Amino acid sequence: MRFVDEFRDADKAHALAARIAALCEPGRQYKFMEVCGGHTHTIYKHGLEDYLPESITLVHGPGCPVCVIPMGRVDDAIHLAAQPDVIMTSFGDMMRVPGSNGSFFDAKARGTDIRMVYSPLDSLKIARQNPDKRVVFMAIGFETTAPSTAMTVLRAAAEGLENFSVFCNHVTIVPAIKAILDSPDLRLDGFIGPGHVSTVIGCRPYEFIARDYGKPVVVAGFEPLDILGSIYMLMLQLSQGRCEVENQYSRVVPWDGNPVALAAIGKTMELRPYFEWRGLGFISHSALRVRENYAAFDAELSFQVPGVRVADPKACQCGEVLKGVLKPWECKVFGTACTPETPIGTCMVSPEGACAAYYNYGRLSRHRVAEAAHVGRS
Amino acid sequence: MTAGQVDRDQRALDDREQKVLDRIDRARRRRPRVREERITMSHGAGGKATQTLIEAIFLDAFRNPVLEELEDAAQLRLGGSRLALTTDSYVVSPLFFPGGDIGDLAVNGTVNDLSMAGATPRYLTAGFILEEGFPVADLTRVTRSMRDAAAAAGVSVVTGDTKVVQKGKADGCYINTAGVGLIERDVALGVATARPGDAVIVSGPIGDHGITIMLARGELDIEADVHSDTAPLNGLAAALLDAVPSTRAMRDATRGGVATILNEIARAAGAGVIAVEDDIPVRAEVRGACELLGIDPMYVACEGRLVAVVPGADSGRALSALRAHPLGQRAAVIGQVTAEQPGIVQLRTAFGGTRIVDLLVGDPLPRIC
Repeated sequence: MRFVDEFRDADKAHALAARIAALCEPGRQYKFMEVCGGHTHTIYKHGLEDYLPESITLVHGPGCPVCVIPMGRVDDAIHLAAQPDVIMTSFGDMMRVPGSNGSFFDAKARGTDIRMVYSPLDSLKIARQNPDKRVVFMAIGFETTAPSTAMTVLRAAAEGLENFSVFCNHVTIVPAIKAILDSPDLRLDGFIGPGHVSTVIGCRPYEFIARDYGKPVVVAGFEPLDILGSIYMLMLQLSQGRCEVENQYSRVVPWDGNPVALAAIGKTMELRPYFEWRGLGFISHSALRVRENYAAFDAELSFQVPGVRVADPKACQCGEVLKGVLKPWECKVFGTACTPETPIGTCMVSPEGACAAYYNYGRLSRHRVAEAAHVGRS
Repeated sequence: MTAGQVDRDQRALDDREQKVLDRIDRARRRRPRVREERITMSHGAGGKATQTLIEAIFLDAFRNPVLEELEDAAQLRLGGSRLALTTDSYVVSPLFFPGGDIGDLAVNGTVNDLSMAGATPRYLTAGFILEEGFPVADLTRVTRSMRDAAAAAGVSVVTGDTKVVQKGKADGCYINTAGVGLIERDVALGVATARPGDAVIVSGPIGDHGITIMLARGELDIEADVHSDTAPLNGLAAALLDAVPSTRAMRDATRGGVATILNEIARAAGAGVIAVEDDIPVRAEVRGACELLGIDPMYVACEGRLVAVVPGADSGRALSALRAHPLGQRAAVIGQVTAEQPGIVQLRTAFGGTRIVDLLVGDPLPRIC
């Protein structure tokens, strides 16, 4: 396990934490947003905040793919799944996301044929094995997962499969970051850039954040030392008065991204004029749909999709949490009406959602944690 | 803003956060209620939904002092003897997997539930639900495994039942076993007796069984040299009780894994548990597979590992006794019971941070990115 252990070394973390603390100006507060849900998960799973001085706050961003799916799209997907002879296939993360009338899990319990897959290629396999059924893949995720959907559509086309289609809910990260930067109620000092998305799109798309908004960005990997390292790089930029896009995750992320993956997306998908994001509302040019020349694989064309629009539950403050305006525990229903077992908002569903991460891992008050610190380390 | 002002603001924020945490704590202690209209897979996954189902439906209907203990086996007095009684159903898929099959699982699981109550397992029942079309050769193979496992554990299968259902109404073969054992020692084991200062011990590397099954399903295209750890724990449990009669509780870490047991300890004892990630034995292959799948080995099932709570002062003796047994060679102290944060399990992460380890919600779902 050398490949992960070297990025989880507690001694290195202590050294890095000391260097971060040394860069803090007395009396100044720092707020950094980690855009990606994978980062949020790592931060909580490893207890990374214990290493940060109190003056540095991490704000959890909108980069959790299931958290940004609006309820209406879930309802549409369940409607699709309930059509005659349909097998709906979905990533596991999506199974518990609530629509206005329950989740995929609930629909499955009512008898709808919804199957969990680990890759869209598994959906293709199901389609081949069930020629008399119509297999739909619930495509979700940012540019990270869009290439695998694109490759699957290309393969389905090459094979001439007629019973496979994609219900495309792919979204793009940059418009969401822009929406956050334009939101008046949030003041950030910098961004921890999403590592996985950047393996596909590279670092250039973030340059406007440094140039136009004056906020530094450091694209980071997913091990705890990666994130701590990227916070150090952000602090260094601030202390030196620099404002740039830097790449902490250069072992994986090429500056210009992955041209093959981008080409596959470009060939099969195009930007929608607008798309609704949970909590953030409609954002223009923020999502992908299947291109016309692959229309045969577009579930939105092969089926009647009701196009339901469901307002988020009134009590739910996912939008504020996704924008980083509220901390998870500041939401009115956090932990009482909205829990991982009975989520009201999507942030409580995925392990990458800020609320679920905080509820499952972080529900400890910081000053009490100090008391636990000596156990096993004395 | 001055540094003093910052400190005061931070304290006010901490206080507000603490109030929310206290409110959540109260909400979690409320009587559980099943909100779903239908059973979902989560209800069988061994996490929160399972616990809610048991407490809100089964405990509510059958309530009695023995059941209320919610131990792996009921402890009974009958005609001057102390008995342990338990039952378990086996629906594993695939039926055959590296390291075992549904047959030895069905025997070992029930033997282990009895052993965790401090009992010597004696007699088992076996009920089979078979699907029309199930190969007799497979049934013979399963039955032979059961016979061998029973012989290894020193128990006899003394009665049974067979039902056959139409094709498609079951998945090959399901087995239910019940078991009875004699509690001859003067022990009263139960997780509720754990108290601050106690040590928490696991008898060996965790997660082998769960990962073996996940990979054996063949859906993941991951290959790893892992085998189920299915084994009868009666010998190991007896060795521990011989060496440390003051042992407070034992549990075998099946569905929901070690994390679930630590939570059961914290909840039943009204104490906190602090576990140390670096001290928890996990095989490299299992850790690797868990990393790839985005799951935490602490939630992955074992079928031949026990978690024991012993007084802190006895932990050395307990470890020696476990390690002297072939099934406990890699036993380790993984944490301790504490008075802090009652009801909550904290993990001191290998990275040096601290986080909560809660009951699992639903299936362990793989993350997509």
